[in-house]
Amino acid sequence: MQISFILNGRPTTVDVEPATLVAELLRERLSLTGTHIGCDTSQCGACVVHLNGLPVKSCTLLAPALMGATLLTIEGLQGAPGSNRMHPMQEAFREHHGLQCGFCTPGMLMTAVALAAEKPNLTEADVRHGLEGNICRCTGYQNIVVSVMAGAAAMNAGNGE
Amino acid sequence: MANVIGIGASPKRKEDQRFLTGRGNYVSDIKRPGLAAGVFVRSPHGHAVLRGVDKVAALAAPGVIAVLTGDDVADDGLGSLPCGWGISDAKGVPMKEPPFPMLAQDKVRFVGDMVAFVIAETPEQANAAAELLTVDYEVLPSVVGVLEAIRPGAPQLFKDVPNNICCDWELGDKSAVETAFRKAAHVAKLSLVNNRLIGNPMEPRAAIAEYEPGTDRFTLWTTSQFPHVVRFLMGALVLNIPQHKLRVVAPDVGGGFGVKQFHYGEEAVITWAAKRVMRPIKWVASRSEGYVSDRHGRDHVTEAELALDETGKFLAFRVNTLANMGGYLSTFGPNIPTNLYGPLLGGVYTTPAIYCNVKVVFTNTVPVDAYRGAGRPEATFVLERIVDVAASEMGIDRVEIRRRNMIPREAYPYQTPVLVQYDSGDPMGCLDGALVAADVRNFGIRKAASASKGKFRGLGYSTYVEACGLAPSRFAGRLGARGGLYESATVRVHPTGQVTVMIGTHNHGQGHETTFAQIVSEKLGVSFENVDIVFGDTDRVQFGMGTYGSRSLVVGGAALSRATDKVVAKGKKIAAHLLEAAEVDIQFEAGRFSVAGTDRTKTFEEIAGAAYVPHDYPLEVLEPGLEEQAYYDPVNFTYPGGCHIAEVEVDPETGTVTLVNYTAVDDVGTVINPMIVEGQLHGGIVQGVGQALFENAVYDESSGQLLSGSLMDYCMPRADHMPMMTVATHSTLCTHTPMGVKGCGEVGTIGSPAAVINAVVDALSHLGVTHVDMPATPNRIWRLLQNASLPVAAE
Repeated sequence: MQISFILNGRPTTVDVEPATLVAELLRERLSLTGTHIGCDTSQCGACVVHLNGLPVKSCTLLAPALMGATLLTIEGLQGAPGSNRMHPMQEAFREHHGLQCGFCTPGMLMTAVALAAEKPNLTEADVRHGLEGNICRCTGYQNIVVSVMAGAAAMNAGNGE
Repeated sequence: MANVIGIGASPKRKEDQRFLTGRGNYVSDIKRPGLAAGVFVRSPHGHAVLRGVDKVAALAAPGVIAVLTGDDVADDGLGSLPCGWGISDAKGVPMKEPPFPMLAQDKVRFVGDMVAFVIAETPEQANAAAELLTVDYEVLPSVVGVLEAIRPGAPQLFKDVPNNICCDWELGDKSAVETAFRKAAHVAKLSLVNNRLIGNPMEPRAAIAEYEPGTDRFTLWTTSQFPHVVRFLMGALVLNIPQHKLRVVAPDVGGGFGVKQFHYGEEAVITWAAKRVMRPIKWVASRSEGYVSDRHGRDHVTEAELALDETGKFLAFRVNTLANMGGYLSTFGPNIPTNLYGPLLGGVYTTPAIYCNVKVVFTNTVPVDAYRGAGRPEATFVLERIVDVAASEMGIDRVEIRRRNMIPREAYPYQTPVLVQYDSGDPMGCLDGALVAADVRNFGIRKAASASKGKFRGLGYSTYVEACGLAPSRFAGRLGARGGLYESATVRVHPTGQVTVMIGTHNHGQGHETTFAQIVSEKLGVSFENVDIVFGDTDRVQFGMGTYGSRSLVVGGAALSRATDKVVAKGKKIAAHLLEAAEVDIQFEAGRFSVAGTDRTKTFEEIAGAAYVPHDYPLEVLEPGLEEQAYYDPVNFTYPGGCHIAEVEVDPETGTVTLVNYTAVDDVGTVINPMIVEGQLHGGIVQGVGQALFENAVYDESSGQLLSGSLMDYCMPRADHMPMMTVATHSTLCTHTPMGVKGCGEVGTIGSPAAVINAVVDALSHLGVTHVDMPATPNRIWRLLQNASLPVAAE
């Protein structure tokens, strides 16, 4: 079936089998391999994207759900297309060593950005609770938590300008 | 001026840009023209005779290209998956080493054992065809636990391995230990289980194989921690592919923790199949598939006894362990519970006599091999637990008994009774630092506050040492290693003075692209941004043994350091010629070659330029170019260690253990990048906390089914399980590595399980609890509390 949606700011139309998962559509058809697949039980969160501004696990979303929707993936999180300017949350992860192997990182970032957008003054407990659906095996979470709090503060400071 | 960012600085990581923007290059991201999809059909039974596989229906399914089985492997005369270590028993009798076919032949020995490989145009078609494969099994009784496996009458996995015992291994002076026990004023005893773990790197394993008939070359992209070793083991010992016709690439790899440091059958099957079907093939494991095929870790049953004199001095330590090997010998399998376990039983103590017996046992479970720490967490757990048991039984404070037995700083180098000689260390310094950092002085106040809420609070210590920087080849060879364990680095200086390093270690999260660039920046005086690190490709990197055993900086970094020394040495010869001075008078400092006592200098860039444009150059005595290589074989292991202090709160109503504080003071030698070291410690600690509180691989005893076969059944640590940890370093310098480094990748995982369980036992000690097996889940603690005489809560 034909599905039209806005992908990282651009109108996109694809012809897919209705049973296609969004994570597969992104990775296999659209060559957006920044969205990762780390499990088969919707536990790990490596595949989190934003559907109409809300974080969702793209491994449990079927392609028809994209009809008319706005989808943001890690590839669209940066500043202007083609620029190397990063989102404040990405900058915070780099600044505070919030990643090691990088595999969980796109999902962590997408969840973190949504968390920060949802609540202006995140506490450490908010962040830890909010990251419950994203598993990282490398960092022990400590620097991720620090990064998310710093990134959220930077996002809010940016919004206030 | 060059932007030198050297040893001790914390620049942001070079590798982060691509990972933060979704531009990493993991195996599953790679596409090749004409790519076919492969899926493995795995045994659903723990133990069965494989009577036959009927391919007819599967071959007729849409899109199917081929179906390969163990018979096809046998027809092609291919080898068995090799084991990299051969251990022997006390009499020198080698371990039993049954073949490990890449696709099962005659029998399957664990749930997940590979039976067939189905190749089709798409993954969906391959999966659909796999469902149509008819496999005829004659199901046999399974045995999954080590105690059961060695009992008379237990199911036998192999015809020629009686009682499923692969090797009855021992270490130490048995009679000296027996003598010491006879003189002991007190003997502490402890029985424990070291729980079976599943490593779960977030990136599932994957591989792509391609054969180019035009050049007769194979390429394998694989999620590996050691591509050159895969090339050797698979090419030379399994598939008979000459080394120069086989390229193995391990690009960005999403975490390893040991799980990806073995040569897996999937790699061999897919490479072999790519030539048979003349198509590139891709296989990506699902997480569920990883659970039943990624090599597992730990799984010991142990009886330990510690003999003490009346003052609490340790006289002798005796350990008997049954170690689970699973259904076959994996690449390093038999080495882990023996050579990486027994020699660590001395810990940071002066125990004069130690004896260790390990029976290495086959069972109908996934093969067991190295997982972060590998042998050393198990040794540390036994020792640090029994020290607490002894202290409690003798009425000695737990810190005091450790102090009485600790190796003093001035006693290094220290020869233990179990092979290893510690070159350096200061366990007392780490302990003192941790006691302050953990605010142990005020623990009583915090305990009272918990009690007022009806909670039990406990404090646990682990003062430990490990052996890493694998490994001195000659020593390892005497212990049964079948390969060398050196490392290599090439430093290629370009004509413009920028530097590319080719190194045989593999970066899968450890930040090598940053740390190694800092070493080069410091040693050559070049800008940090002008150094790139290349790894993970046998066509680009000369050779290497990969990354595991906290070896990358210790062994690889040493090779890199030596290679930069050679660059400087050659640069001095060039500079001497250009500056018309004697070579001995040339000094190199901060990126400049100068004649001592003069203002005549040449920059590093000028020397590089001269080396590649050798018009004014001593060609008669010196080759053009500026590229040097070093192989480094360490003379000893390194011995990082430290003191970890865990603080827990137990809710007696639910049995829930909450980790409320965690402090680690570790001696990792010279720290190149403090930010990265801290990150390694955090991650390592949480993996150890996972073992202590959450993680457990559980098999059904009768069927051999893995019950904890998904992220929903196997509890991984999550962000809200952890408090903010306090980590610090208290370094003594390694005396035999070029930069004094010791390695930091595994210390966290080695020190932490004992600290956490000691804290849990401390919290419950007033109820008469003397030991808690891992993981200390709410269920386990709640049951324990129901059996204990629970006093009325403190409210």
